[in-house]
Amino acid sequence: MKKNAYFGLYIVIAILLLLPFVLPNSFYMDLAIRMAINAVIVLGLNLLIGFAGQISMGHAGFLGIGAYASAVLPTHFGWHPLLAMGAGALATGMLAALVARPIFKLKGHYLAMATLGLGIIINIVLRNEAALTGGPDGMAVPSLGLLGFELSSDKHWYWVVALLLSVSVWASLNLIDSPFGRALRALHGSEVASQVAGVNVVRYKVSIFVISAVFASLMGSVTAHYVGFVTPNFADFFHSIELVTMVVIGGMASVYGSLVGAVLLTALPQALATFEGWETVAFGTILMVCMIFMPRGLVPTLAAKFGKGA
Amino acid sequence: MALLEVKQLSIQFGGVKAVQNVSFSIEAGIVYAVIGPNGAGKTTLFNLITGVYTPTSGSILLDGESIAGKLPNELARRGVARTFQNLQICMNMSALENVMVGAHLRLDRNPLKAALRFPSITRRDAELREESAELMRFVGLEKYIKARADSMPYGALKRLEIARALALKPRIIFLDEPAAGLNPKETIEVDALVRKVADSGVTVVLVEHDMKMVMNLSDRILVLDYGKKLTEGTGDEVRKNPDVIAAYLGAHA
Repeated sequence: MKKNAYFGLYIVIAILLLLPFVLPNSFYMDLAIRMAINAVIVLGLNLLIGFAGQISMGHAGFLGIGAYASAVLPTHFGWHPLLAMGAGALATGMLAALVARPIFKLKGHYLAMATLGLGIIINIVLRNEAALTGGPDGMAVPSLGLLGFELSSDKHWYWVVALLLSVSVWASLNLIDSPFGRALRALHGSEVASQVAGVNVVRYKVSIFVISAVFASLMGSVTAHYVGFVTPNFADFFHSIELVTMVVIGGMASVYGSLVGAVLLTALPQALATFEGWETVAFGTILMVCMIFMPRGLVPTLAAKFGKGA
Repeated sequence: MALLEVKQLSIQFGGVKAVQNVSFSIEAGIVYAVIGPNGAGKTTLFNLITGVYTPTSGSILLDGESIAGKLPNELARRGVARTFQNLQICMNMSALENVMVGAHLRLDRNPLKAALRFPSITRRDAELREESAELMRFVGLEKYIKARADSMPYGALKRLEIARALALKPRIIFLDEPAAGLNPKETIEVDALVRKVADSGVTVVLVEHDMKMVMNLSDRILVLDYGKKLTEGTGDEVRKNPDVIAAYLGAHA
């Protein structure tokens, strides 16, 4: 990890500070907020996929747990939204830890299948428990108050999310360049070598799975409050795939790649909307071309080309 | 009491008895070599002792404590380090970071403290960077201290593995063919390096095909053939043993 890795953080913060003043209208503001939320989720997922070399095809399920905790607990049980958010994160962490032990005895395709199944189960539960969750129609989410201050306008949301993103980038950079982060990268590089060096590989895989699941759950809660409405689509399979795609397109094991991937894939459907009906085809084509010519992802490929560390 | 005591150790893969009833013991502070023709079970023996495989039967005692069937990371805790015949370098990391991973157990591994960049963590990491650079100099890799692992030549990676193993501060280190694939000059350098490691007080167990190196370095030698112990003794004893000559040169030699 190079010393200048933190330089990118200053650029990110600078962009986040300037952005509200250049965005022409609330449509772009909304897009920026959703990009930032996705970026935080993808950061967490990239720790698992890019750095530790594991896979989760069910991450949207964790997002869904967080989102629905923030919807169901305040609505039906009168919990404070922040408490609900914490409870969602705790429940997600516990579920992730519980299933991770058996799951991480698996490798490769089996791991993908197991996490895929987990995501689908969560989605089905959210769809079927209609009495609590509103079923396929979804439900409204009460607004989030912070210290007696109601988060309502896009501007407020923007600054909250921008802060979350900056802190997440900083924390991710710190984590990667620490004993914990090196152990994760080592078990990706050579599992047996890391084990011989004393790394308890199962425990580390479980830890990073839980951490990235909690990240997703918290951001699920944030999204739910921001949008004001949740549907089971939050937690569906396609959303999980979308998140993994953001990691891969942006660049595995690259913090800034996570941001680029999240920004691009959040913006692309909007940009392609002019293709009317063909946007899915255009979307798929762009992804394929990216993967064929830049299999390592955008940021690592470009960084290698211009001789800088990512 | 011997540092390592192996009794009646066996492992079977399906119908293949890769190691059969092998017993030996290693005193602390010596260089111990395991030799034998290809397929004799040397690497399997290493994998058994270092926890990569679980023995079918037999016992392994480290300092009188049974370690058979323990995972490699549990053995690392007890001061057992090793290198691999087929390199196991983390190519996704820098050379220095590979060495730093070797010190894993001596560090504070709390992820929350790390994410919040606690000064205690960064300070220890800065010290470790120095220690690891020192280890890289010790194994003769001073010009690769700033290199990425995937940009280093094979011979240097072999030594990088030794540096990583030493970062554990082991009591006993298992080197699986440290000179394999090296040119004669590099072999001489590794020979000197192994001697340096042994002189630093670490017990060395060595699998090696380069007989000159084995005879040069080893205090005692174990000879395996077809998974069985053929003989054990000093270099001179082993060299004169008719069974060993037969195993290496064919029964009629």
